[in-house]
Amino acid sequence: MYIVITVSWTMFSGPTGYISLAPAAFFGVGVYTSALLGLVLPLPAIIGIGGLASFCLALFVGALTLRLRGTYFVMFTFGLVELLLHFVLWWEVNITGTTGRVVPTVNNTKVFYFMLIIFVILMFALYTIRGSRFGLALEAIGQNEDAAAHTGVNVTMVKVITFAISAFFMGAAGALMATRWTYIDPKIAFNPLLSFMPVLMAIFGGMGQLYGPIIGAAIFAYLEEFLITRFPYYYMLIFGTIMVIAIVYMPEGLVGLIRRLLKSSTEGRHART
Amino acid sequence: MPVLEGKGLTKYFGGLVAVSNVDLHVDEGEIVGLIGPNGAGKTTLFNLISGALPLRSGTILFKGQKISGLKPYEICRRGVARTFQSIKVFPDMSALQNVLLGSYFGVSPGMSSMEALREAKEILEFMGLSASSATRARDLTLASQKRLEVARALATKPQLLLIDEMMAGLNPTEVAQAIELVSSIRKNGITIIMIEHVMKAIMNVCERIIVLHHGQKIAEGTPQEIVSSETVIKLYLGERARAAS
Repeated sequence: MYIVITVSWTMFSGPTGYISLAPAAFFGVGVYTSALLGLVLPLPAIIGIGGLASFCLALFVGALTLRLRGTYFVMFTFGLVELLLHFVLWWEVNITGTTGRVVPTVNNTKVFYFMLIIFVILMFALYTIRGSRFGLALEAIGQNEDAAAHTGVNVTMVKVITFAISAFFMGAAGALMATRWTYIDPKIAFNPLLSFMPVLMAIFGGMGQLYGPIIGAAIFAYLEEFLITRFPYYYMLIFGTIMVIAIVYMPEGLVGLIRRLLKSSTEGRHART
Repeated sequence: MPVLEGKGLTKYFGGLVAVSNVDLHVDEGEIVGLIGPNGAGKTTLFNLISGALPLRSGTILFKGQKISGLKPYEICRRGVARTFQSIKVFPDMSALQNVLLGSYFGVSPGMSSMEALREAKEILEFMGLSASSATRARDLTLASQKRLEVARALATKPQLLLIDEMMAGLNPTEVAQAIELVSSIRKNGITIIMIEHVMKAIMNVCERIIVLHHGQKIAEGTPQEIVSSETVIKLYLGERARAAS
């Protein structure tokens, strides 16, 4: 799950450099789709609808906010998570009179395979984008947005569409994960931590390469489980320490570290003068 | 019919008048020089034409059609390309990729990848950059980065090219090469407006010069007329230029 979210986060934020803290919002939309439609529709349909709902939300939000740059964009996307959280909370308490919802469960293997399918589609989409002229435009936007615009790239459209595609996968992941949790409420669905995790994981793994975020997310998710079970009280503390060390000593992430090691070993062999 | 026509172009930055009521016209195939002291509004004028900044008032026509109010990418697709005073290449993309972006998204988007690639290579060749086509843009020399900017602009297939200080910071040999390039671009049928402080370049290649000062057009004419104009000498060129001419 973390891998899917992290990779889809990297899809947009990696090349463009726009740090989005909205994953939790898109994930939550997926979760709620699942909660609302879980009894009526089959699982693949729910995943699709969850993704589409997030896609539409991202189109709308993106069109409004992708004019913002730098810190303002970060703040807004994070604001979106809080806004949706409190809006849904308010709605549930005042209109429907509930706080939580029960989601029909699906067995674990099924969840796993569906997640795998989403992941494969995501990687396919990411790979296609990277190799295309669309991907080139995306990269150009990250490196110099003004120059890209003056070279004929419709920067707003490219950004909004990529943002929405990445949201689709987050929403789909949310819709699927909800079935594992059985009970959800707005605070679980729109958990702000889910917005920070992908950023940390991507940085930890290294954003330069396609596999960086995957490695980062995998190790991170495992680390989290490990720490939470072994050191339930100190887990956040240890987690934070590891993160600080990672950022200070591996600015390019794990991938950067691996590359440096490989490089130094080959350079050792052909020593330069 | 003029390629570019501007009427009453005005832009304020807060209370500061950056460009004030400037009229200009550029005919097809011309090379027009835009000179003036720092802060005269030259680059602002480029930003207005290319759509980077909105106009306060006035209209800009390109081949008789209004382009003021359009977005930068739309103006680019109509056929107006530009370079930047402070270099804005895509630093981590190769020279070839920089140019490819222009071929993909310029006046004729939707051309096949093969065709775009061939064209991008031709343009690099033309700009004398084919040897460094795989080099990351940030690793190129200043002169090459400036040429890469022009190459990227050319790749969008413009009819009008706005060149903002291509020669600044180049050594005399590089300036001479740049001058040659500008003339050969014009020979390919592209109209050029260039901002330049290197007087030698301006005097050599431009047919007509527009002088801006405090956002106003204070003079316009052939290089000879400009160097002998009293106002221009007083405000910009200085007495020595007169002595030299």
